[in-house]
Amino acid sequence: MSGTVTFTVNGQPVTTEASDEPLLLVLRNRLGLRATRFGCGLEQCGACMVEIDGAPRFACGTPVEVLEGRAVTTPEGLDDPVGVALRDAFAAESAGQCGYCLAGILISAHALLTGNPRPSRDQIVAALDGHLCRCGAHGAILRAVARAAERLQGAEA
Amino acid sequence: MRTLPLSLQANPLLGQWLSLDTPGRLTISPGKVELGQGIASALMQIAAEELDLSFGRLTLRPVDTGASANEGITAGSQSVEVSGAALRLAAAQLRAALLDAAAVRLGVPVADLSPADGAILRKGAATGLDVWALADNIDWQQPISGEIAPKPAAEYTVVGTSLPRDDLPRKATTGGFIHDLTFPDLLHVRVVRQPFRLARLADLDEARLARRYPAVTAFRRDDFLALVGTDEHQVQSAHLESEFFTRWEDAGRWTPPETPGTAVLLPPEEDARPAPGNRRLSARYSRQSIAHGSIGPSCALAILEGEQLTVWSHSQGIFPLRAVIAKVLGRAVDSVRVIHADGAGCYGHNGADDAALDAALVAVAHPGRPVRVQFSRADELGRAPLGAAMATRIEAGLDAEGRIVDWQLSVTSAPHAQRPGFGGFANLTSAEALDPEALPRKVEDLPPASGGGASRNAVAIYDLPGQSVEVTLEAASPVRTSSLRALGAHVNVFAIESAMDELAALAGADPLAFRLAHLSDPRARAVLETAAQMAGWPDPNPEGTGSAKGLGVARYKNKGAWLAAVAEVTVDEAIRVEKLWLAVDAGLLINPEGARSQIEGGALQSLSWTLKEGIDLLDGRVPVLDWDRYPILRFSDVPEIETRFLINPNHPPLGAGEAAQGPVAAAIGNAVTRALGARMRDLPMTRERLMQSLLQA
Ligand code: FES
Ligand code: FES
Repeated sequence: MSGTVTFTVNGQPVTTEASDEPLLLVLRNRLGLRATRFGCGLEQCGACMVEIDGAPRFACGTPVEVLEGRAVTTPEGLDDPVGVALRDAFAAESAGQCGYCLAGILISAHALLTGNPRPSRDQIVAALDGHLCRCGAHGAILRAVARAAERLQGAEA
Repeated sequence: MRTLPLSLQANPLLGQWLSLDTPGRLTISPGKVELGQGIASALMQIAAEELDLSFGRLTLRPVDTGASANEGITAGSQSVEVSGAALRLAAAQLRAALLDAAAVRLGVPVADLSPADGAILRKGAATGLDVWALADNIDWQQPISGEIAPKPAAEYTVVGTSLPRDDLPRKATTGGFIHDLTFPDLLHVRVVRQPFRLARLADLDEARLARRYPAVTAFRRDDFLALVGTDEHQVQSAHLESEFFTRWEDAGRWTPPETPGTAVLLPPEEDARPAPGNRRLSARYSRQSIAHGSIGPSCALAILEGEQLTVWSHSQGIFPLRAVIAKVLGRAVDSVRVIHADGAGCYGHNGADDAALDAALVAVAHPGRPVRVQFSRADELGRAPLGAAMATRIEAGLDAEGRIVDWQLSVTSAPHAQRPGFGGFANLTSAEALDPEALPRKVEDLPPASGGGASRNAVAIYDLPGQSVEVTLEAASPVRTSSLRALGAHVNVFAIESAMDELAALAGADPLAFRLAHLSDPRARAVLETAAQMAGWPDPNPEGTGSAKGLGVARYKNKGAWLAAVAEVTVDEAIRVEKLWLAVDAGLLINPEGARSQIEGGALQSLSWTLKEGIDLLDGRVPVLDWDRYPILRFSDVPEIETRFLINPNHPPLGAGEAAQGPVAAAIGNAVTRALGARMRDLPMTRERLMQSLLQA
């Protein structure tokens, strides 16, 4: 009955059954991409954030059937200059404690810096406000995003 | 002979802690587990230091009942103190044994030899020999004597430096959590939890389940109900609909466990009758039950192969967990192996152990099939053990000079110590689902040697004449509570430090000066004075203007790290913490950045508990929760934090992870009181309660 749906994940074409299965489970269980995390399944915590056509979206609340022709980026696929700057900055700041929230936060930070290379602190906070971190690593995470932005500006200048 | 750390008494052999089996690497096998605070990195730093290895050569063996030292439970900020001390002695002894073996091999005096990143040097020059070539000459069965002196702190080059966490980048962009483990042929499991303690599963409409989700089967044993299938989406969807095919009823099975009654920690002095007419304080401070709220809901995997049951768990205590699983399943302990895998941040006894038993139960019924249990968000928040609701009452009086002359503190609290196996009871929710008789019959507080539970930090650090302290455990409610970060210290310190401010106000004294006048512990004074100075104390804001600073100080467990906090808040229709200043004395810091991140993380979690968190019971039961109904701190709530460590490297390291919980709560409360001109004694200080107290004021 239901047909198939074709989209890309980190640049690779993927064809899967067009069902109401959440993208989160398709990524983790069918595509073996396990950095995108289950935190609530309710679009309340941000652990599952992915980029869809460059915008941060909750993978737990996105049925795969709506993804025809879309481009999905997961934390594994953050290898453009913005992604690399973010990964380096998070490592340099030792941002995170348990690290469970980080994958989703990297995605939102990536979408932010891609669209706005010079965000203010308030803009960074606003971009991350849909993400919960129970370990209280917020300070280092905010510093890491600001650091990545600075580095990208340096590279640009 | 010196007394060995407890971990070494239980696990005395060199080979239980260290191995050079892999060329180029040193493997350490501590029994303490990573809880998401960077413990593993700190322990690797300690071993690298003693053996003069570069940090990159260290490997941590996953903690495994089949292979690791049994160090009991990882809790109470004890990992670095206990496991670190044991590892340091083990590594010092291995270093000596390696150099002895090298001296024999080379025929030179041992005093000429030293290790350098694995190579053996003679008077600083290469010998061509390395430690891995000597591994076969080491007696790995030798007991660790504790007689070999470790390196003096002054020579440290690895310990005391902020090495980056080695596990975080991998966890952020690939995997590395228990949630990411997978096996071919995996069965996905969701447990339909009892909606309240000891609920009876009156009806299970399997036909309806089969119509909706033909690929999902119900596995039921008594009141334990698991949904099982190969397709996680189907299993998860069926779980979300479970109220349509199950009916639960109250079978009246709850009987409260016996409690020890009131325990007197410090007896009242016979003749310490408060003089009538002096200025007195009588106040009660409280919090509601709070949720652990890990961002990654609990997870476990298990498989039965032949007679061997293997369970993967993010439990804090895989050895006690193994014993309880074996007992509940009626199996020999030897036939159960529990392997630790990293969970999301763990702040105490959460759902990890429950998930492990769930997985074991389903695995035993599906021999040869790996099974994976995943908690839902609602179950993680509301069906795992909660942090205990408690109240602390303080009565105290001042003399004519404004000094405290009597002080009576009494704590009433739900239990903080119901971990698996405690008191001989399973303390796992599915054990009670299988057999209501598994209900604990008796609960106790944690003993003072473990820092106490409800009694944690109930004794004030001040010089108080006639200080009396008593603790009453209250276990009538069926709501399951157990250990959550800092246990009773959160409310007790909040109460004591609020009372100190209230008494200072009665005495017409500055809160800092009033504290110092009652405080002789020099390290407590030092953190207090430092935090005050960092924050520019005294607070220039006049009282009642909506903006103010407040103080709080404590020594965690009365024997751990000292921490003083100053909070600056603004209050309009909600309370906002603008800035926190923290001064900490945690002795020697193994990894200063790691310690800072634990302290600041603890401070933010305490801020969240203090301002936002508390569970309103519905008919005495925990309602269904999610992040809307149980909000926690968000990025937009985060204050600026400035932390300063007072470091004396000759003081042994003290766990830092829980030291901030009490002082930060108190500092916020005291700041809110000044800003508002009215005191809020009941946590959380939510917007609704703020409005109430404004109306009353
Ligand atoms: S898992 Fe998607 S928002 Fe929480
Ligand atoms: S680092 Fe643990 S949830 Fe953010």
